[in-house]
Amino acid sequence: MLLACASARRSGDELAGLAAVSDAQRVAARAALADVPLTVFLEEPLIPYETDEVTRLIFDRHDAEAFKPVSHLTVGGLRDWLLSYEADTATLTKLAPGLTPEMVAAVSKLMRNQDLISVARKCSVVKKFRNTIGLPGRLSSRLQPNHPTDDVRGIAAATLDGLLYGSGDAVIGINPATDSVQNCISLLDMLDGLRQRYDIPTQTCVLTHVTNAIEVMNAGGAMDLVFQSIAGSEAANAGFGINLNILREAREAALSLKRGTIGNDLMYFETGQGAALSADAHFGLDQQTIETRAYAVAREFSPLLVNTVVGFIGPEYLYDGKQIIRAGLEDHFCAKLMGVPMGCDVCYTNHAEADQDDMDTLMTLLTAAGVSFVIAVPGADDVMLNYQSLSYHDILYLRSVFGVRLAPEFEVWLEKMDMVDHAGRMRLATPQNKALKRLISEHRDAA
Amino acid sequence: MPPEDPWAKLRTATRARIGLGRAGDAMKIADVLDFQFAHAKARDAVHAKLDVAALKAAIPGAIEVYSEAESREVYLRRPDLGRRLHPDCADKLHAGEYDAVFVIGDGLSATAVMQNAVPMYEAVAARLKGFKIAPVVIATQARVALGDDIGEALGAKLCAVLIGERPGLTVSDSLGIYLTYDPRRGTKDSARNCISNVHAHGGLSYDAAGDMLAWLMREALRRKLTGVGLKEASGLEAPAAMAALEG
Repeated sequence: MLLACASARRSGDELAGLAAVSDAQRVAARAALADVPLTVFLEEPLIPYETDEVTRLIFDRHDAEAFKPVSHLTVGGLRDWLLSYEADTATLTKLAPGLTPEMVAAVSKLMRNQDLISVARKCSVVKKFRNTIGLPGRLSSRLQPNHPTDDVRGIAAATLDGLLYGSGDAVIGINPATDSVQNCISLLDMLDGLRQRYDIPTQTCVLTHVTNAIEVMNAGGAMDLVFQSIAGSEAANAGFGINLNILREAREAALSLKRGTIGNDLMYFETGQGAALSADAHFGLDQQTIETRAYAVAREFSPLLVNTVVGFIGPEYLYDGKQIIRAGLEDHFCAKLMGVPMGCDVCYTNHAEADQDDMDTLMTLLTAAGVSFVIAVPGADDVMLNYQSLSYHDILYLRSVFGVRLAPEFEVWLEKMDMVDHAGRMRLATPQNKALKRLISEHRDAA
Repeated sequence: MPPEDPWAKLRTATRARIGLGRAGDAMKIADVLDFQFAHAKARDAVHAKLDVAALKAAIPGAIEVYSEAESREVYLRRPDLGRRLHPDCADKLHAGEYDAVFVIGDGLSATAVMQNAVPMYEAVAARLKGFKIAPVVIATQARVALGDDIGEALGAKLCAVLIGERPGLTVSDSLGIYLTYDPRRGTKDSARNCISNVHAHGGLSYDAAGDMLAWLMREALRRKLTGVGLKEASGLEAPAAMAALEG
């Protein structure tokens, strides 16, 4: 398979026996791929149309009119065209529905990291619920206050901590330790209470399975966003216990709650290279190509947020910092080119050959590429999932170095709360800090 | 008088690194080094070698085997090889009429095994009067499912794998225990029961884990099964460790 051989080296493709056997073979595959006409991807599905609903979604939704401007190109020609001045933001936005995941994955394999950054930066995907995510020059963050036993006080403390760094404009989102309906409802109540008490223009989420989410909504739970992990084949999604109809049903239910104030984008998806292979549902496709097919699933539901969990899945899929960094840039580029609001969990596990220096590199490159949001946890240490993501501090670093700003509605709120100094920086949360005193004393009273 | 630390009370509610200071936008040096130290200990645990001689001295008659993953790097890249017994080890294992075999495997933390495996084994063995137990097998570059090959070769009805869990920043020496009835190659992870978080830093004690494991082993033999069916019967939860420790 040409696509697999053309992929940058990664352990997951080697595990699956799909990788190029030598560096020379890899480059030869890229040269061959560069000459493949884009129309080939519309003639032959990589996973059969009859047996895979993700393939059906990709073909049924393909917009031939939008595809026209590039329909005469080869994969290599598309790479050059994407980098051209002609391919500006408006042009790329119009093109998105004309591109299939396989075309996008193919072209990404011919692109160096700088190409992935410069083209992704030209893409604009703006989404709204209670605030606006993805505007140019903005970087949002998910505040992830996880706790090993879902202790409500511990979660509230970690949330408060993050808010004092201006984190949480993408979402305040908890991975529950116990994935039950009742637990989800109580965590949502707590988050919603916090949001309402301080009138925070953001959305909250407990990342529970979509079938639980439907039950939570039926029981009247305070559900802003519906979360689900998704993958690029019907079989891999079945491994997650979902299909497109369940996602549709959950989205309809959430829309009927009318909780969004400025928009109705309310789905939140996570993806990641290796998910399909680990479910043995990759159909001989390399992990990056089948990952990109998950973005066709995401695109169908107009999500507010999507993020790749790039370093989480483990070294058998992405071995070291170099592979994690490359995969993070690919996932972001491919999703953005398809019109999906991509963020990233810039992260690693302790058995991967990676450390904080690699995360510094990836978050810096992704911010240069215009990533919609990143995930942040206290001190970069997730004490529930036992892996390392970014810290609240890291978000301040990205804002300073790149001048990227928060979601505009959230920015106004921080100013109103007197949490920002005259230079637009987050005030230090010293004991004398008025906002901190107020938040903590109110929190103590509430707890 | 130093000002009161407003985070002191909140810190009692979570192990998360909340209320850190700032050096400009960055973390303070003490917090940076604290994090690096925790990460280094976790990394060292992943790459530490099992001291097989010490384990053999502590458990007389133990047999040493290894998987098809020839090095730690291969082990990390190729979980499939860590699940297969190396052919050279096959004739070390002689079939017998065994109720159970205990496999001590390095997994992702040899440190956890060196700290906890021997006292854990002794705690459960003392609770299994009447069991016909095979010689203990010490396995290197081992994943959980390596126990299937070992149990099958020995003809044991049950296989209990004591294995190092993936280290976190807080605890890098946590032991997990996976119990499988009728172990054989290709057994699904859903057909196992898991006891995780056995360690000395506020984790499960050897006695508590020993009680649970001995109960599971007796019930597994009586009901002729492990996995979801047995878990429901016991009311036990197999938490995140199942996902954290790829079979």
